[in-house]
Amino acid sequence: MLRIENLTVIRDGIPIVRDVSLEIGEREVHVLLGVNGSGKTTLAHAIMGIYPSKGKIVFLGEDITHLPIWERARRGITLAFQEPARFEGLLVKDYLMLSSREKDMGKIKEAVKTVGLPYSILFQEIGDNLSGGERKRIELASVLLMKPRLAILDEPDSGIDILSFKQISNVILRMKEMGCSVLLITHSEDMINIADRATIICSGKVAKTGDREEIKKLFKYSPCPLKR
Amino acid sequence: MDEIIKKEYESLVKYYEASGGNSHALISKEYASMVINGDKVLAKNSTEGIIIETERIENGVYARITVKRGYKAKNPVHLCFGMLPREGKQIIKSEIVAEEDSAVRFIAHCIFPNALRIEHIMDSRIIVERNAKIEYEETHFHGKSGGVKVIPKTVARVKEGGEYNSSFLLKSGRAGYIDIDYEVHLEKNAKSMLITKIYAREDDEIHTNESIILEGAHSSGVIKTRMALRNRAKSFVIGKTVGLGEYSKGHVDCTEIIMDDAQAEASPIVIGKNPKAKVTHEAAIGSVDKKQLITLMTRGLTEEEAIDVIVSGLLK
Ligand SMILES: Nc1ncnc2c1ncn2[C@@H]1O[C@H](COP(=O)(O)OP(=O)(O)OP(=O)(O)O)[C@@H](O)[C@H]1O
Ligand SMILES: [Mg+2]
Repeated sequence: MLRIENLTVIRDGIPIVRDVSLEIGEREVHVLLGVNGSGKTTLAHAIMGIYPSKGKIVFLGEDITHLPIWERARRGITLAFQEPARFEGLLVKDYLMLSSREKDMGKIKEAVKTVGLPYSILFQEIGDNLSGGERKRIELASVLLMKPRLAILDEPDSGIDILSFKQISNVILRMKEMGCSVLLITHSEDMINIADRATIICSGKVAKTGDREEIKKLFKYSPCPLKR
Repeated sequence: MDEIIKKEYESLVKYYEASGGNSHALISKEYASMVINGDKVLAKNSTEGIIIETERIENGVYARITVKRGYKAKNPVHLCFGMLPREGKQIIKSEIVAEEDSAVRFIAHCIFPNALRIEHIMDSRIIVERNAKIEYEETHFHGKSGGVKVIPKTVARVKEGGEYNSSFLLKSGRAGYIDIDYEVHLEKNAKSMLITKIYAREDDEIHTNESIILEGAHSSGVIKTRMALRNRAKSFVIGKTVGLGEYSKGHVDCTEIIMDDAQAEASPIVIGKNPKAKVTHEAAIGSVDKKQLITLMTRGLTEEEAIDVIVSGLLK
């Protein structure tokens, strides 16, 4: 459903993502592994259209390489940010409402519950009054409500406590059930276990793509096998 | 009511509702209220604790509103100042006194729906007596042409333990030319918060000059300004707080978003004249936050839609 061909992302003159090719199938949970600074977020943002890139991105048979962010979103791609934005004056419920495909308060409450937040949070502003972990869960709820075809989740589990870990992986499995493919960026081994397939990215390049177990082993043994 | 007044009243009330006003409150005897079109008082209602007296003056109306001692108003006082014609000048001079231990909230709407060349001058003197409280909320609706000049001037004195909070809101339609001049004097333990929220477009021009003088010990005041400017709009914001009293606290807080060719100038002024007073400020002028914009676009909003969401959040 997503095919990336020879994607290169240059930021301030430096190639951060280099000649990446990658395919994600329908209802596939694909984990992107890589050490800090290897280019995972940059690749995710390029798929979303946040950064311009060279190469080709094909989504559901359509070349979307030159579409703006919102056009990609309307075709079914969305992204949960590693560090979600703060919004002065915007209430959680309004943020979720504008993300939501169905403009229904019942659905919004359901999503809030699914990500393990209390209903009372709906009436809070998305500002410094919320913790980083709370903002990440709101981000996840908002992605869930969009009912995307492809959800790119950038470390949804970082800054989330151990108890809630299970919740996050349940949310991802639920997306899969809904017919959504997931590109999941994570550093945690437990999270990798929900993947179907995985890719190791290293110095901006694909080191290896394969089945979950194979990549897991390889990553443990050699997290960045390529040199710059 | 004679026929002409009735007609004017009805059409003003229509706009009043469209701009978010509660027209039931204008009719109900439970609410103190006043409706003015141009220099005519179309309706007014005093209640047991709130007395409204008016007098016609050249090009306008003089109004005196008294909230009686100890009276805590359950219902807000609704005020509607309008000018239905396209051109003209309206002067409202008012004196508002909240007597000791009283409490009241005003909801004022200023409506100039057809304005091509309208001047609205407001000149208020407000006295908040000991331990009394006034909330004054003013919403403006200026129509689409921008041909409005609004010049509100207020001098308020808040006596010991009293509180005066005001807000000036203009979020839809054109702003036109606005020149706000507010000055609040706070005595011992008195408090005040002045909020201004304006969305300016095209060649709108906004001037604000607000000051809170912290005269008494332990008095505290905040001036909060939020503006969004597009096209060629300009703003000049002065927020000033002067710390005179011991342990008085003042803060000036201004955030403005500018887009297109808009320009903003903010000058927070903090003056400390007592070493035990504390006066602070923060001011930020910048474009729409990139991260917020991108986040909203990943949710399927176009850039314009995303800007609307961000701006209405700022002005909320
Ligand atoms: N605008 C930029 N100009 C130059 N270098 C940049 C720019 N943005 C990011 N980088 C660099 O690109 C590299 C990849 O960053 P990226 O955020 O994609 O890494 P990541 O794999 O997501 O890391 P982490 O695991 O820490 O989240 C980093 O070395 C970073 O410093
Ligand atoms: Mg990252």
